[in-house]
Amino acid sequence: MSMVIPPSPGGGPAEETVDEAVAPGGTQATTEPGADARGTSVWGAAFQRLRRNPAAIVGAAIVALFLLVAVLAPVLAPYAGTATPGMREIRPTDVPGPGELAGFPLGLDRFGGDVLSKLIWGAQASLLIGVVSTAFGLAGGMLLGLLAGMFGGWVDAVVMRVVDILLSVPHLLLAVSIAAILGQTPFAVMIAIGVAQIPIFARLLRSSMLSQRGSDYVLAAQTLGLSRRTITMSHVLPNSMGPVIVQATLTLATAVIDAAALSFLGLGGGRPETAEWGRMLTYAQAELGINPWLAFLPGLCIAITALGFTLLGESLREALDPTSRRR
Amino acid sequence: MRPGPEETPVLRLIGRRLLLLIPTLFGLSILLFAWVRSLPGGPATALLGDRATPEAVARVNAAYGFDKPLVEQYFTYMGKLLQGDFGTSIVTNRPVVEEFAQRFPATVELSVFAIVFAVAIGIPLGYWAARHVGRWQDDVAVVLSLLGVVVPVFFLAFLLKWLFAVKLGWLPTDGRQDPRIDATHYTDFYVWDGLITGEYDAAWDAILHLVLPGIALGTIPLAIIARITRASVLDVQNADFVRTARAKGLAPGLIRNRFILRNAMLPVTTTLGLQLGLLISGAVLTETVFAFNGIGRFLSQAIFQLDFPVLQGFIIFIALLYSLINLVVDISYGLIDPRVRVS
Repeated sequence: MSMVIPPSPGGGPAEETVDEAVAPGGTQATTEPGADARGTSVWGAAFQRLRRNPAAIVGAAIVALFLLVAVLAPVLAPYAGTATPGMREIRPTDVPGPGELAGFPLGLDRFGGDVLSKLIWGAQASLLIGVVSTAFGLAGGMLLGLLAGMFGGWVDAVVMRVVDILLSVPHLLLAVSIAAILGQTPFAVMIAIGVAQIPIFARLLRSSMLSQRGSDYVLAAQTLGLSRRTITMSHVLPNSMGPVIVQATLTLATAVIDAAALSFLGLGGGRPETAEWGRMLTYAQAELGINPWLAFLPGLCIAITALGFTLLGESLREALDPTSRRR
Repeated sequence: MRPGPEETPVLRLIGRRLLLLIPTLFGLSILLFAWVRSLPGGPATALLGDRATPEAVARVNAAYGFDKPLVEQYFTYMGKLLQGDFGTSIVTNRPVVEEFAQRFPATVELSVFAIVFAVAIGIPLGYWAARHVGRWQDDVAVVLSLLGVVVPVFFLAFLLKWLFAVKLGWLPTDGRQDPRIDATHYTDFYVWDGLITGEYDAAWDAILHLVLPGIALGTIPLAIIARITRASVLDVQNADFVRTARAKGLAPGLIRNRFILRNAMLPVTTTLGLQLGLLISGAVLTETVFAFNGIGRFLSQAIFQLDFPVLQGFIIFIALLYSLINLVVDISYGLIDPRVRVS
């Protein structure tokens, strides 16, 4: 890959201050894809399309419910996440199931914890893991993608080689290895999942920026003599963010699933009775034959949450890029 | 990048991609080297546990060469790596390469089953959806493929195991073969062994052991293949050459098979290649649930026990495998569609 954004005509560092001075007003004349004739932005139009898409509404409803439960966990949950209101340890054959014990609508688990409370606190744990890891992956990936897309040349080559190396390991295995290095803490899981997402975001932002390279508005901005930095940061980048935002929404689904997978593989530390969906699923494994609901409930929570983010992400993709819509 | 007329583009591609593997593996080896040395408390503590005496730590450091300067350690490590020596497993005390060689066939059998399952159901499902686009069949296929993506692999494995093995008892719960069967093994491919020795009951039993983990593992690829097939068939069936073929009065069956399906398979092939990477990650989870003794389960045990020579070897091995698979996929591109000459 050669230069991504050709330097502005005669645009040396000395002229940048002059360039900036010409900028106001000039940029308005160019038509960026961000606005159409009637003045509705791409995002405004996308929102209109989203509202008419049943899949988007279902996805948004699930996500809203999940967020509500996660944020209001302290109010909603009858017990604290690690509390054991039941007897201390219960024999697997004696564990009360859903509806079998007054005061515990979804029953107890082997540790004597209230399953309903743990599911509610688990939503909070998942939200935290999802948001922190995706934010981490997004930040890292955007930094790399931006560097590659802005400077091109050898910077691009080096950055993309690093990204290729990271991509040569399937992302779950990458996350597993990183979590194993960082040690047994929940934070390690967040960082591990986040780092494993970096290459995807980097690639996406870079290719999205590359596709903007030859656009008329970029050309117009260059003609106006705007600096490369200004063009990249205030024109190319905002117009390249669509696919990245879609990916971030979809990544929240993967992050929730991956976090459960890492937990299942024994990573993430913490006590066995921690209120976390993956952990609950893991410990339910041993008594699958006797108390299957202990596995079903957290599994269902993971699947529904992932479904919500996936539906929302997919509809967002369709709304932003109408050509990709279902026919 | 346009190949010169005198060069074979495919050979050139292979050469270039194999060359690119060198910096990739080199970079990976540095990362892994740094990784083991950054284990909390150092590799010796990781090996012996927190309560190890200083003497024991020193002994292990000397035995593994962790007391040497970092640069020297790296060259020793690279030298061994280049000779195919991935070290010795801390847990089993056997060479990592041997452990892999013994378990890899199991994972291959499982992956083959999973991918055959995914292709056999996914392509017809996607095609069926595309043929009935906008009708209920389409919605069913879309919802099914969505479920395949959002249900975690190991949860699906749990569900299958609970329903078909625990509740109904139709299929075995775990393992690769019933230990009561006295099967002869020449290789570690159990199905294959059963077939060539004529012990068909052994082969059948091994196949039965593949069904549940294979379905669990194959479901995500199935969902993705169905989606891509659907989208791709929709794209192709309105293409100009299809309209021309119809106008020429070619038989609908011929148009479907030779024109639409063949051309629609191109994106599906790429996806298939990418799925193989997912399959390897999925195998770690699925094999663990079904106590299926392949490299995936071996890896998850290695994680629990912090068996870093195994982890290290595994990651390099997977990266190599993954890159080679993707290369094969890119080459097969050209075979399916002669217009594509990948740059």
